[in-house]
Amino acid sequence: MQFIVQGYPAFAYTGGRPYSPQPPAVVFIHGAAFDHSVWQWQSRYLAHHGFTVLAADLPGHGRSPGPARTSIGDMADWVAALVEAAGLPEAALVGHSMGSLVALETALRHRARVARLALVGAAVPMAVGEPFLAAARDDHPAAFDMEATWGLARNSTLATSPVPGSSLHGAGRALNGRAHAGVLAAGLGACNAYRPDMAAVRSLDLPTLVIAGKRDQMTPMKAGLALAKEIKGARVVTLDAGHSMMTEAPRETLAAFMDFLRGS
Amino acid sequence: MDHSGPHRPPKVPHPETLAVHAGQSPDPATGARAVPIYQSASFVFPDADTAAALFNMEVPGHVYSRLSNPTVAVFEERMAALEGGAAAVATASGQAALHLAIATLMGQGAHIVASASLYGGSHNLLAYTLPRFGITATFVPARDLDAWARAIRPETRLLFGETVGNPSVDVLDVPAVAALAGEHRLPLMVDATVTTPVLSRPLDQGAHLVIHSATKFLSGHGVVIGGVLVDGGRFDWNASERFPTLTAPYQGFHGMVFTEESTATAFALRARREGLRDFGACMAPMTAFQVLQGLETLPLRMARHIESTRKVVDFLAAHEAVERVHHPHLASHPDHALAARLYPTGCSAILAFELKGGRDAGRKLIDSLALFSHLANIGDAKSLVIHPATTTHFRMDDAALAAAGIGPGTVRLSIGLEHPDDLLEDLSRGLYASQK
Repeated sequence: MQFIVQGYPAFAYTGGRPYSPQPPAVVFIHGAAFDHSVWQWQSRYLAHHGFTVLAADLPGHGRSPGPARTSIGDMADWVAALVEAAGLPEAALVGHSMGSLVALETALRHRARVARLALVGAAVPMAVGEPFLAAARDDHPAAFDMEATWGLARNSTLATSPVPGSSLHGAGRALNGRAHAGVLAAGLGACNAYRPDMAAVRSLDLPTLVIAGKRDQMTPMKAGLALAKEIKGARVVTLDAGHSMMTEAPRETLAAFMDFLRGS
Repeated sequence: MDHSGPHRPPKVPHPETLAVHAGQSPDPATGARAVPIYQSASFVFPDADTAAALFNMEVPGHVYSRLSNPTVAVFEERMAALEGGAAAVATASGQAALHLAIATLMGQGAHIVASASLYGGSHNLLAYTLPRFGITATFVPARDLDAWARAIRPETRLLFGETVGNPSVDVLDVPAVAALAGEHRLPLMVDATVTTPVLSRPLDQGAHLVIHSATKFLSGHGVVIGGVLVDGGRFDWNASERFPTLTAPYQGFHGMVFTEESTATAFALRARREGLRDFGACMAPMTAFQVLQGLETLPLRMARHIESTRKVVDFLAAHEAVERVHHPHLASHPDHALAARLYPTGCSAILAFELKGGRDAGRKLIDSLALFSHLANIGDAKSLVIHPATTTHFRMDDAALAAAGIGPGTVRLSIGLEHPDDLLEDLSRGLYASQK
């Protein structure tokens, strides 16, 4: 499904269902240099279980053209504009990694547009190491290898994939390796620079779920737990997975979403 | 993959480790360390909602062993890891993998540009069988890049070749043909049966899809028939605008658009959800288990295959009964430099040679060999010999044979794991007998 957001076409996967702006709605926001398909095993299920689903491709990612945004704030404004362009009064925001920061900032800047907040693989601040940033700035293959390798639990290729026949590492590496030049650097730079107004975070009055991976190599579990402590009433779910819980533990991640989004 | 420059990628497991471990956690139900054989046609649904969700691809999991099976999935994931691919689909044979790939990508009216140096079975499928279903092929000399380019037509949907041609042992310039494919927004698929992911990873060289006959080196024991199709995950099907099977709604699955569903594994997804579902050429769990037994030792075996092959090639090249040896190890081979670049550790345990005395001498040689088994296979632990013109390639006319680099007296060897001195002794006796 294509919308026009901030003057450019914007693609969002609707979970295999015709789009209709009926509540409750869920907007999924991917991480740096990925796209909507990282939510394959949650978005389609939700769309077939009573939710209006938009799994977005951020600008410059996947099928959404336009320049990749270089700050979390700009991405948050874009997400709010997408919600509006899609004719939704509000939506639950589900974000992964960089997308979790975008979801959080959208809630801070555009509170009325956000019904709930689910933060997956989140950390504030989300420091990115200089070797990773430098490789991304050069669009060097090593940057994508780092993203794919550290984005999963250690030695993930040596374990059975939850998706029969699919290599978590290979699929992730192939997906982020398709990113246009500069997109990974823009995303990582935005993550590294993001410093939210923590007073505003502490005063957020929004049902929030934080999902942290026990084997997360990028945003260690303790960082996710620390962020959850800053958000009033935040619910925490920890999973036996690395940074990409939605692909490493798709069913468990989905179950956490369903519990949270149904308000149980 | 170019990793030059100041940036260092993170450490990842080596091929030897992937061959033993990739895709397998100890069995969660029993703790079994070996890969269990899940000899079950179907799998119980925990509840009605999950059943519906599994059928509608809302959640991942096993439903029915024609679509996926836990034992087969270990093999698939291990191959995807070894090849550096996004996903893999195991098939009943290597031929089934080739057919599955083609049927996933195209339909009536489509066209394939293929190397003339193909396994006879692949040539049969492309030259004689697929035209009946409206899919045609143009065969071009593997080394002639201009011929590849000239053969591409508006209806072309695939470029296809073997990493190392069988039996003529010519080397496909995968990076060059992949670049040509990229210029035309077409995928390049290679059959890497002869080279295996140990000697090269075609996806790293630019290919988009890889197939193997798992019957050969991957297994190494010659006791099963199997194949596998690996999706590199990098080809942009949308930008190509020529693959509606992947980019347009599919009524056979509730209007699913596979490239929307999974950007990186759209091809493998359709191959599984349509191809395995409807054509049904799946791999059996027992077969996957047996292939995996061989796969664990693939890196060790390939090193020995290559070492012994070099000795046999040198021996034959110096033998007075041999007119010519076809193997890139020899400086006289036209692909010697290319092979050294693409396959620095060696490229083939298959070789061919022309005997003095032609067809009759070939027959005498084959009948007098003791260690070399006369049969239609390659990549076994046992050394093998065959006369292609009367067996694997017998349906090809003389012109097609010549295009594939096969003469009436060509003899093909697949060098096994016996001690190389014993192989040389056997060949020496056979060559002597052939000239009598």
